[in-house]
Amino acid sequence: MSVKEKFELKLGAATREAFGKALVELGKADSNVVVCDADLSKSTFTHLFAKEFPERFFSCGIAEANMVSIGAGLASSGKIAFVASFSAFVLNKGFEQLRVNVAYSQIPLKVVGTHSGISIGEDGPSQMSVEDLSLACSLAGFTVISPADEVATFELVKLAAYHDGPIFLRAGRVKVPAIYAPGQKFELGKAITLIEGKDITLISTGLMVAECIRAAAILEDEGVSAGVIDIHTIKPIDREAIANAAKNTGCIVVAEEHFTSCGLGVRVAQVVCETNPCVMEFHGMGDYYAESGTPEEVLVHYKMTGKDVAVTARKALARK
Amino acid sequence: MQKTSDIGELQAIARRVRRHIVTMIGAAKSGHPGGSLSAVETLVTLYFDVMRHDPANPKWPERDRFILSKGHAAPVIYAVFAEAGYTPADSLNTLRSLGSIYQGHPDRRFIPAFEASTGSLGVGLSLGLGMAEAARLDKSPARVFVMLGDGEIQEGQIWEAAMYGGFHKVDNIVAIVDYNKIQLDGFVKDIMEVAPLADKWRSFGWNVIELDGHDIAALQQAFADAAAMKGKPTVLIANTIKGKGVSFMENNPKFHGVAPTKDEVEKALQEIGA
Ligand SMILES: Cc1ncc(C[n+]2csc(CCOP(=O)(O)OP(=O)(O)O)c2C)c(N)n1
Ligand SMILES: [Mg+2]
Repeated sequence: MSVKEKFELKLGAATREAFGKALVELGKADSNVVVCDADLSKSTFTHLFAKEFPERFFSCGIAEANMVSIGAGLASSGKIAFVASFSAFVLNKGFEQLRVNVAYSQIPLKVVGTHSGISIGEDGPSQMSVEDLSLACSLAGFTVISPADEVATFELVKLAAYHDGPIFLRAGRVKVPAIYAPGQKFELGKAITLIEGKDITLISTGLMVAECIRAAAILEDEGVSAGVIDIHTIKPIDREAIANAAKNTGCIVVAEEHFTSCGLGVRVAQVVCETNPCVMEFHGMGDYYAESGTPEEVLVHYKMTGKDVAVTARKALARK
Repeated sequence: MQKTSDIGELQAIARRVRRHIVTMIGAAKSGHPGGSLSAVETLVTLYFDVMRHDPANPKWPERDRFILSKGHAAPVIYAVFAEAGYTPADSLNTLRSLGSIYQGHPDRRFIPAFEASTGSLGVGLSLGLGMAEAARLDKSPARVFVMLGDGEIQEGQIWEAAMYGGFHKVDNIVAIVDYNKIQLDGFVKDIMEVAPLADKWRSFGWNVIELDGHDIAALQQAFADAAAMKGKPTVLIANTIKGKGVSFMENNPKFHGVAPTKDEVEKALQEIGA
């Protein structure tokens, strides 16, 4: 079956919306689930939980640092506590609190950052987060999750809730193509190989996974067999999947909606260096901040499309 | 740019600014009309009467500084910049589109007249204090004005800054709280009450002036009183109406961050008048 036949990539819900719906389901099943918000409940979709369970919803106002520590207090008292805001705000404003009250203290708080990457579009760089994976991964003991679509988000949020440790989950603003069928099983730390390839492996996370599938389809038309791996858990990373891809294809492109200097790519490279060194290229944001535009315009301008990933793949293949 | 203290003239500028705000957000199909409209009179009074600045020389070292700490209200300052001659008025409708100088939030990379790139709430007052301290060190007459949202002041850093301003007697700074009683998710009283505002600021050592933030004469008087106040920073608690000037936006939390439709733009422009 060709890549195009296998993946229809029909537009599904935004991952932030799937997060909000998963919270409601969790809240129904378990009265221990609580949610904190910092005046963005309509944007993060925690308003769905707030409506169902007002007594378990804590409005913190525009005060993300305070919210993180309140969440840590709730979590250390046995609650399954979620705190949510835009990724840029909860991580940047709450970083000290995440480091000391959560990571260092080993508190199983669930931190969700929505509106990640540059695909938020119009609001521009002050609200875009292109360093969140780096920040979250630098928190010792954190599990860092970055789902690619609605189904993945829904399942991973539920897994995150009952994971015995702190979590950061990265969600996006815009509707994204559906990759997984309902019922797909996920396991934290276990990457999903969506396409087996012979010549090159495209490794990605979040909304760039769908673009890597598009790139694989383009490359397939050119006679190149490109594999695609979805790293939905950035930390701990699936070393085996990466080592195998390096061994089997000898050529890897990592694509991400993040600074390439400190995101998924460098983490994959670490594993590749330690296992089966091979040709690698890194596709994402360079050392600059983006600008405003519609999400589509911004993604095209900053080369976050399948076509662009295919260009980088050709560059990697030429070096092989 | 022609400066004026004439209230009728300032009101006419305010009407033009409101028209720009509604039109550009309508064209962009996204943006924050409510908090832009509530801040119109304050910005017009500052830029066209009170502040010492020169659109032909935006980096004049002795200029007064203005920081829009509530950066999402960018459309109001874009309209003021265009009216003052800092930036072109004919491209205001490119707001929020790729390549436009009129970015979603104030961006110094595109408009040098901005003292700060803002959009993440809570940081502007501290930044302003640094500028005010630099001016005092340089014996510069420059004064600093910082506009804050009433939701924004829920950020802890605002109160760290408030404590600094009072303790260090930074009397060349003026904070303005756009007290429109609404934030993103709803009314401030339902999200995280900030009242009693005057008492809070007073207890941090600030000279507090409460006024109607749509009354230009009151604003002129308040800024004059602030300039005369020695040994204390001043905060203006500007009682305003979110969405002011457009009936269906006034006091309506929906229009915090939702653009008017084409019909709504027409209706709004009729209400604002020429
Ligand atoms: C640190 C931070 N947290 C959250 C936001 C998202 N946000 C944008 S505007 C807004 C509400 C602001 O309310 P207020 O300060 O009252 O502004 P105004 O009513 O004048 O529009 C929020 C929460 C942000 N921009 N920055
Ligand atoms: Mg407000």
